[in-house]
Amino acid sequence: MIVIDHLTKRFGKHTVLNNLSLEFRPGTVTAIIGPNGSGKSTLMKCILGLVKPTEGSVVINGFNALTDVRCHADIGYMAQIARYPDNLKAREVIDMVKGLRERTADTSDTLINAFDLKPHLNKPMRTLSGGTRQKVGAVVALMFSPHSLLLDEPTAGLDPVASQQMKDQIEAAKIRGAAVIITSHIIAEIEELADRAVFLHEGMVIHEGSVSSIRQQLEVLR
Amino acid sequence: MALSTMIPTMMLAATLMVLVSMANAETIKVSKNGRFTSVRQAVSSSQRGDVVLVEPGVFIESNIVIKHPLELRGRKGAVIDGNNTPGTLISVESDSVLISDLELRNVAVSYVDDNAAIKIINSKHCEVLRCRILNGFFAIYLSNSEHCRVADNILKADKDFEMNSGNGIHCWTSKDVYVSGNIIEGHRDGIYFEFMNRGTVVGNTIRNNIRYGLHFMFSDSCSYNKNRFIHNGAGVAVMFTHYVQMMDNTFANNWGPTSYGLLLKEISDSHLSGNVFDRNSIAIHAEGAARILLEHNVFRNNGYALRLLGNCVETTVRDNTFEGNSFDVTTNSVNSQNTFINNYWSSYVGYDLNKDGIGDVPFHPVRLYSLLVEQVPSSVILMHTPFVNILDLAERVLPTVTPETLVDSKPRMSVPKQ
Amino acid sequence: MRLLKYVLRDISRGRWVLLYFLFFFAVTEGLLFFTAGEAKTIVGLMNVVFLLIPLASIMFGTLHLHNSRDFIELILTQPVRRSTVFCALYLGVAIPFVCSFLLGVGIPAFIHAAAFSPAIVTLLTTGAALTFVFTSIAFYLGIVINDKAAGMGLAFILWLFFTVIYDGVLLVITVMFQDYPMEQPTIAMVILNPIDLARIAVMLTVDYAALMGYTGAVVQKFFGSGFGVMLSAMSLLLWIAIPFGVGLRSFNNKDW
Repeated sequence: MIVIDHLTKRFGKHTVLNNLSLEFRPGTVTAIIGPNGSGKSTLMKCILGLVKPTEGSVVINGFNALTDVRCHADIGYMAQIARYPDNLKAREVIDMVKGLRERTADTSDTLINAFDLKPHLNKPMRTLSGGTRQKVGAVVALMFSPHSLLLDEPTAGLDPVASQQMKDQIEAAKIRGAAVIITSHIIAEIEELADRAVFLHEGMVIHEGSVSSIRQQLEVLR
Repeated sequence: MALSTMIPTMMLAATLMVLVSMANAETIKVSKNGRFTSVRQAVSSSQRGDVVLVEPGVFIESNIVIKHPLELRGRKGAVIDGNNTPGTLISVESDSVLISDLELRNVAVSYVDDNAAIKIINSKHCEVLRCRILNGFFAIYLSNSEHCRVADNILKADKDFEMNSGNGIHCWTSKDVYVSGNIIEGHRDGIYFEFMNRGTVVGNTIRNNIRYGLHFMFSDSCSYNKNRFIHNGAGVAVMFTHYVQMMDNTFANNWGPTSYGLLLKEISDSHLSGNVFDRNSIAIHAEGAARILLEHNVFRNNGYALRLLGNCVETTVRDNTFEGNSFDVTTNSVNSQNTFINNYWSSYVGYDLNKDGIGDVPFHPVRLYSLLVEQVPSSVILMHTPFVNILDLAERVLPTVTPETLVDSKPRMSVPKQ
Repeated sequence: MRLLKYVLRDISRGRWVLLYFLFFFAVTEGLLFFTAGEAKTIVGLMNVVFLLIPLASIMFGTLHLHNSRDFIELILTQPVRRSTVFCALYLGVAIPFVCSFLLGVGIPAFIHAAAFSPAIVTLLTTGAALTFVFTSIAFYLGIVINDKAAGMGLAFILWLFFTVIYDGVLLVITVMFQDYPMEQPTIAMVILNPIDLARIAVMLTVDYAALMGYTGAVVQKFFGSGFGVMLSAMSLLLWIAIPFGVGLRSFNNKDW
């Protein structure tokens, strides 16, 4: 459960998020959509504690997400562009995150198999292709079966097989009862995955509802 | 020249002395339980040409005055201790006195009188040999004397300040004095000459003295060869003198804010050759020096190797080795009336295409930064900074401040043979 | 500090650290092979070391922080405090560079039996301190300046300032005020610049002919005293701590 209450973020005079209030419930996949610069990324980063909001609060499973890093133990995040330390091996990146979470029970082996990462585990990250790195990112985000899952363009850069695998994982997370937030530009993908969509424009929610209603909204905008 | 005229004279003196003493040779012994229990008694009862032989033992006395030719000799272990009573231990007021093999110690410090362990006044043909003088204030003092020899003595003092210390060998208005093989430590000046003519200083080791190792003024035609001047407060200072010869000496570790290896002030027509200057703050500081020939010397690891002020003229610097000095040459003038040629400079970066051992590009040994330090001493703190290196490089490419005429037109590619 | 382990691993495997090591090794070995470790050698080595360490530390530090942005984002979404991340990143960069410098100079010095001379020991200590100082400054720049090119440019300018411009200004000041006793002010200015401080410390140990005259004596007396040593150590520590502290604060408040 992620609760966002009156969230505002200003960079200087520029207001990126304008008094947003949103809830993301367990067992629901929410898609955040909107044009470039509408505040999608900033919203995600606020939830993740990467950006400190000017006003408002973010509460994740009862933890104040803005001050308490413990809530990160139950969040999985997959960035849009995955860049990792050049000289670490894929295996080490995964191990490192495990170490930071101080949790041993995880599904990384299953995920590594699912994404067919085994042949790449002992290669340095800098030698891996963008797609492969993205897969490492997916493993890192998913391996602890978190109750909150934030995925920034999760299928971008993935090959069709991995893309399908990703979608299956999202579906599984939803069934498990996770609150899933995705951003995507691919309407078909949103329709396929999301239960609900939030349309952002200039830092404000201009529409919130089922995916089909968003589609209508988009056609209106066009 | 001085040396060659002196040796025959001295030999003649010695022969005469031996003849005199043989004519009525009597040996008077001084011992704790003999007829004479004090040196003073024995000396005053002696006749011309006698030998006063001091047996082992410590004789506490001073103010011994020798008024006729005499040999005063000590056996091993014979000590005359002045016990710091005022006055000089032994005064020589006669020609042909030989003092040898004695240990003399504890001469009273005086701010008024130049008390000495041995004082030779108005005398000729006197010798002081193989004596050991500890805390002698002025250890050996010669005044208005000629043809004297001071050799193979060890002079040590342990005073800390110029005020309460005297000179090791002090000569004043004298001629033809021969000083050799002595070890002099801890005095104010190791050797001090004033108004000396034809003095010769050879093979002495002069170290850890409070002020100068060697200090002389108005002392023409003297020569200083094969001495070692080590770690003296202010190094060696020679002033107001003509015809000085300095060869094969070592000037080392004379280190400090006002310390020199060798300070030449108002010196003319002199010759310095084969000397080694190692780790001195300023190896040679020359001021008002004229017609000096500096050749085959080695300047190594000094702060300044050669500081040649603008009033130095017709000085020739050739076949020397300049190695690892912070500054090779510095001056305070844009004009130089001195000649530099055929020296080896370790900071020379030129080339020798025709392989004749001489660099094809002239070398300007004065760095811009050295002039700057000369003007603004506190800028020395920037030594070895990239900024200063850039400054020097710029000056080397486009000389504007450094003296154009101070140049070695034929710098050597390798160290000259000594 | 599990994080530190992985950052260290990443940096140590990088070619820059290896190149850095090889460079120092080659320079030190070259200098010691042809000479006998005398003052001139030490000064030559010192010139190279005190040019390169600040340059490499500040440039690499700034660059690394920029290149690690995505990685930092990933780490910050883990249950780790921001200050822990900052410390791990800092030490992860500084330690490999310090080690490759210490080994690069230390091994040849050890081979030539010069490792325990006061000059080499001082050179190694101050060199290590300078690595920490300039990594600290680099991290501050890397965090405060978001544009990579601007960050690198400023890093270079700062390096230029500390190695060249500062001394130029110092020189101009001593020349301008040459009629006044300038020993104390120059010492103060030397203490304020970590590179100058390191240079003087090394020069004092080689008893090099450089520091002569009255100024030299004053400098030697000051830096030989317990007070001088304490003040110098304090200056270096502050040069590490202040940019680090300010950097840490910016890091903690930064929007990624």
